[in-house]
Amino acid sequence: MSGDTPSGPRDADAETGMEARPDRGLRRRVELAGIGLTAFVALGMLGFLLLYWARDFPVANQLYATFRSFGRGMDAALGTNVFRHPIMWQSMAVGVLVGVVAPLVGSFLVHREMALIGETLAHTAFAGVAIGILVNATTGWNGSLLLIALVVGILGALVVQWLTERTDAYGDVPIAIMLSGSFAVGTLIVSYGRGLTAINIEGYLFGNLAVVTAEGARLMGALSLLVVAGVALTYKQLLFITFDEQAARVAQLNVTGYNTLLVVLTAVVVVGAMQVLGVILVAAMLVVPVAAASQIARSFRETMYLAVIFGQLSVIGGFAVSIGLGLPSGGSIVVTAIAVYLASIVGSGFSVKAISAHG
Amino acid sequence: MTAIVDLDGVTFAYGDTVAVRDVSLTVEEGDFLGLVGPNGSGKTTLLHLMLGLHEPDEGSVELFGRPVDEFDDGGRIGYVSQKATSRGGAMPVTVRECVTMGRFAHAGRGRLSEADRAAVADAIETVGIVDLADRLVSELSGGQKQRAYIARALASDADLLALDEPTVGVDAESRDAFYALLDELNGEGITIILIEHDIGVVTDRANRIACINTELYHHGDTESFVESDALAEAYGTTGQVVHHHH
Repeated sequence: MSGDTPSGPRDADAETGMEARPDRGLRRRVELAGIGLTAFVALGMLGFLLLYWARDFPVANQLYATFRSFGRGMDAALGTNVFRHPIMWQSMAVGVLVGVVAPLVGSFLVHREMALIGETLAHTAFAGVAIGILVNATTGWNGSLLLIALVVGILGALVVQWLTERTDAYGDVPIAIMLSGSFAVGTLIVSYGRGLTAINIEGYLFGNLAVVTAEGARLMGALSLLVVAGVALTYKQLLFITFDEQAARVAQLNVTGYNTLLVVLTAVVVVGAMQVLGVILVAAMLVVPVAAASQIARSFRETMYLAVIFGQLSVIGGFAVSIGLGLPSGGSIVVTAIAVYLASIVGSGFSVKAISAHG
Repeated sequence: MTAIVDLDGVTFAYGDTVAVRDVSLTVEEGDFLGLVGPNGSGKTTLLHLMLGLHEPDEGSVELFGRPVDEFDDGGRIGYVSQKATSRGGAMPVTVRECVTMGRFAHAGRGRLSEADRAAVADAIETVGIVDLADRLVSELSGGQKQRAYIARALASDADLLALDEPTVGVDAESRDAFYALLDELNGEGITIILIEHDIGVVTDRANRIACINTELYHHGDTESFVESDALAEAYGTTGQVVHHHH
């Protein structure tokens, strides 16, 4: 069936593409520009994290000094007192990276009707933070809370996967049990540990730019590279399984393996995103930009591109609101994302009109 | 003749409910097998057992001469599930993206090759949906969706097409055209297993019939099925095979 008449079908393709080409070409260019810009910003943020980490070394030291004066220049130009502080850049770096990886993973979750998994894993990770706080307070061990949250979050992901495999569907009952159960454990531990520690748990609940540590930001940088590589390497398999799981099984894809990978990647994203978005709002970045993109996308690839672009718009817009009005970052980002979603609904209405006018 | 699927004494139960009992049958290369039986008779379960989606409680299943749990050449099978065609999901996937999935059993981790793309374009052309290639699958009619899924199977170079009630909700004209396409593909040597509730259609198209109601009531060529009492026995009534004339 394959390959013996390659030229015929391709000519046919070219013919059918003619009609819609001018519109599609422009659309594609805008998308590519958006993705290019997003990649540029994300790489810039990774560069900053690297530079900040290596700032005691000779060459990096000079580059870092240049960067600091660039930040001061931005503050002077904008009349702000933000960009001169490395901690703000760290938070922005985490936000920008979340804006890339959350919609990337969310594109598969949303279309598998697994949107609530992010929420569940965030609550599991919250239990991890609580455990970390308790361990820190009682043993004097000064390890990273996020690392513990990551481990607990991944374990939670594996438990969710195990439960759903056994209940034979992504039913919401095991997910609801995990969600409230892990949060309950978290609150018990936090309340037990209260008085033992001065760590602000609210920051983890609602998201706070000040929660982001240098170590947390570096961890997010490394995890982002991992998630992007993971999705890029398994895009085809994840797409097939998301679209038609049974056919993917018959095609001998390791469906259980890829499903497990997807929930683990979700846990990784959630732990990173928890820093700026907070436990309660973290699922929004997995879901809302994808929902917005699905309104207007004309293919799955385009859904992913648009979801990442919308995610980035939400993060940058949300930061502007948060900094400008002194509001919490998590809420600002999510409200901006929902504004983008509403705009995409309006936009899809307009594009339907445009198509029928052409017809 | 080579056996594509070989079931030997296969029994499968969901908990305490036996869905398939002691079924033995062989699908030969080039067969067009119609799998018929009343609602809830275990047709889909039997198909799932053939494809390795269920593990039998008793008996054995071989696919392309290998035990089904060791079979690893997924590209040889094109499967269109009932769920795939009836789902009203809004996942934005184009026809071309859907058909390209047929290559994933071959392509591994890397990018798709020119040969992969050519196979996809070829399959889209074979089923006659070139003008729909960039449309979303969710926007297609039932009959067009069927063609997209068949194209996906063809793109994978499948030797076996397994179709579970593919024409539910498809209008009569599209259904006839769809079955004509299946005839053509079967003529080219592709083995077909088809679950179809309309017995008249199956007896018109298939050259072999397996009639099941938990147990196998008939397995043989279509003429002997039409002449036998298997249908009445399986359905528990005196049924009459109706032939459609085209």
